[in-house]
Amino acid sequence: MGERNGLDGKLMTVAEAVKRYVRDGCQIAVGGFTINRNPMALVYEIARRKVRDLHLVAHSNGQALDVLVGAGCVARIEIAYGGNGRFAPTCFRFRKAVEGGEVLVEDYTNNQMTLRFLAGALNTPFIPSKSGLGTDVLQQEGFPPEIRDGDKVARKKVHVMADPFGHADDDVALLPALTPDVSLIHAQQVSTDGTVRIKGLTFADLEQCKAASAVIVTCEEIVPECYLRLDPDQNALPPFLVDAVVPVPYGAHPTACPRFYDYDPKHLNLYKEVAKDDAKWAAYLDEWVYGVESWDAYLDKVGGAQLVRIRANTVAGYAPGLDRR
Amino acid sequence: MSETPSGAAQQTPEQTPATTPPPAYTAREMMAIAAGRFIKDGDVLFAGTGVAMLAAAVAKRIHAPHAHIFFETGGIGPPLDELPMAVADTRVMSYSNLNAGLVEAFSYVANRRLHTIAFLGAAQIDKYGNMNSTVIGDYRHPTVRFSGSGGACDAGSLASAFIAFMQHGTRKFVEKLDYLTTPGWLTGGESRHHAGYRRGGPLAVVSDLGVMKFDEVTKEMYVAEHYRGVSPEHIAENTGFAIDVSRAVETEPPNAEELRILREDVDPQRLILG
Repeated sequence: MGERNGLDGKLMTVAEAVKRYVRDGCQIAVGGFTINRNPMALVYEIARRKVRDLHLVAHSNGQALDVLVGAGCVARIEIAYGGNGRFAPTCFRFRKAVEGGEVLVEDYTNNQMTLRFLAGALNTPFIPSKSGLGTDVLQQEGFPPEIRDGDKVARKKVHVMADPFGHADDDVALLPALTPDVSLIHAQQVSTDGTVRIKGLTFADLEQCKAASAVIVTCEEIVPECYLRLDPDQNALPPFLVDAVVPVPYGAHPTACPRFYDYDPKHLNLYKEVAKDDAKWAAYLDEWVYGVESWDAYLDKVGGAQLVRIRANTVAGYAPGLDRR
Repeated sequence: MSETPSGAAQQTPEQTPATTPPPAYTAREMMAIAAGRFIKDGDVLFAGTGVAMLAAAVAKRIHAPHAHIFFETGGIGPPLDELPMAVADTRVMSYSNLNAGLVEAFSYVANRRLHTIAFLGAAQIDKYGNMNSTVIGDYRHPTVRFSGSGGACDAGSLASAFIAFMQHGTRKFVEKLDYLTTPGWLTGGESRHHAGYRRGGPLAVVSDLGVMKFDEVTKEMYVAEHYRGVSPEHIAENTGFAIDVSRAVETEPPNAEELRILREDVDPQRLILG
């Protein structure tokens, strides 16, 4: 099968993709989950460009959320979980920013956020759920009324009503759809026609991308179109939903990218130390984000030996025996 | 969950009679094994981060080899050869039955054919097993911000039952939650049903001091088990609401084989055991 030049106009650098699609005040959905497949190369570029007043929407975000919040890029967050598993039960800069009143937060649950993206993808204004009845998740609003314009911020957080089809005493919660301006994900492979393959779990990346007005995909490698067409059952997104494709090897570091590399415990432990302290955090941003002139320079800082240590076993998909303490 | 391991061996000396030798295991090890004993062979388990993974992994290796473990991220049935550090760890997606996403995972949590038991942690719990993992203080202006629900509220809402892991203390077992993230028995009695739930609710709370259950009628928490070396009164003193201890019996301590499997096989790097 001949290769079509399907990436014409889509293939770009991280800087070009962020400049084109991530503007001050826009609503962004970030893919991945806690310490897995976060689009970190894009996140660092957003921080470097000092994009401001972002409205971040995600289910369980960890590293990407924390760096964006810590770099002062985010004004509003709709989220289910801001943590990094055992590396950060609560993300440190996220916690500080919320406690300091620097960001507005509206809490939902993982199921609710996923359903909200799904509703956006289906161009449906809201979607019912049985999660959270009788809890503060449904009763406490985090956003003030003055920002609830009914456009990017729903006029109300949730609407509870009796099930119109079943028993009258059986409540359901209606959740507003999400339609982010841009969705950022990191995938393992994109083909030369722009088809996306994700290995391991897709989390809610697919719903997020289908709900968004624009999609940026960073990837470990560009592969021939014919290769992804050999096993289309494995593919995640079609070319016509993808606006920007950016090849960035190790682009999810320090989070994992299944079948390519594990998360980097050394870096996540370093992060845990610096993120707790304002001065150390500022120095970290200078050293690892603002002061890094290229992705090559970032990888050189991580170090060749460490990149080899976290390299995934091709069968297991992670790095068996990696020292994760 | 608290990140500070607190050993049963570190309980105040007056709680331990002089004749009892100090237990040769930590509270976290006891918690993992006590919780693992709730797992029956063939159960479908929804595991969160932390001790939950230990409990599931240890039960699967000892008495419940056919238990199915899945994660809210979409990892269905991984063997857990290595312990995951988060529910999104690649270790939940390797050699699994299948890999999917969150929509799929919650369709197993909520599935009416399945008896799904969830393992959850939180910062605060009340006497009806409602839990807070969101904030301390006012929601809009919190003094302490935690991670938020993640899938905990969903599991508390949709699963057939859940088991909670808690560190005992009067600031954690509280009369009134600062924020109700995960629904337990709500205000007791039939209130969970009236809120719109048709199943689910907390089955037990496994803490570093003992195991608590809920009265079948009132749905109030009571002490069902106290660990060896911990008195029921000590549990009551460390609980921020009045709690019935009249039904408490001593927990069977972990045996050598359970400890060996937990330490050598499940968590040799002591990533979660500490």
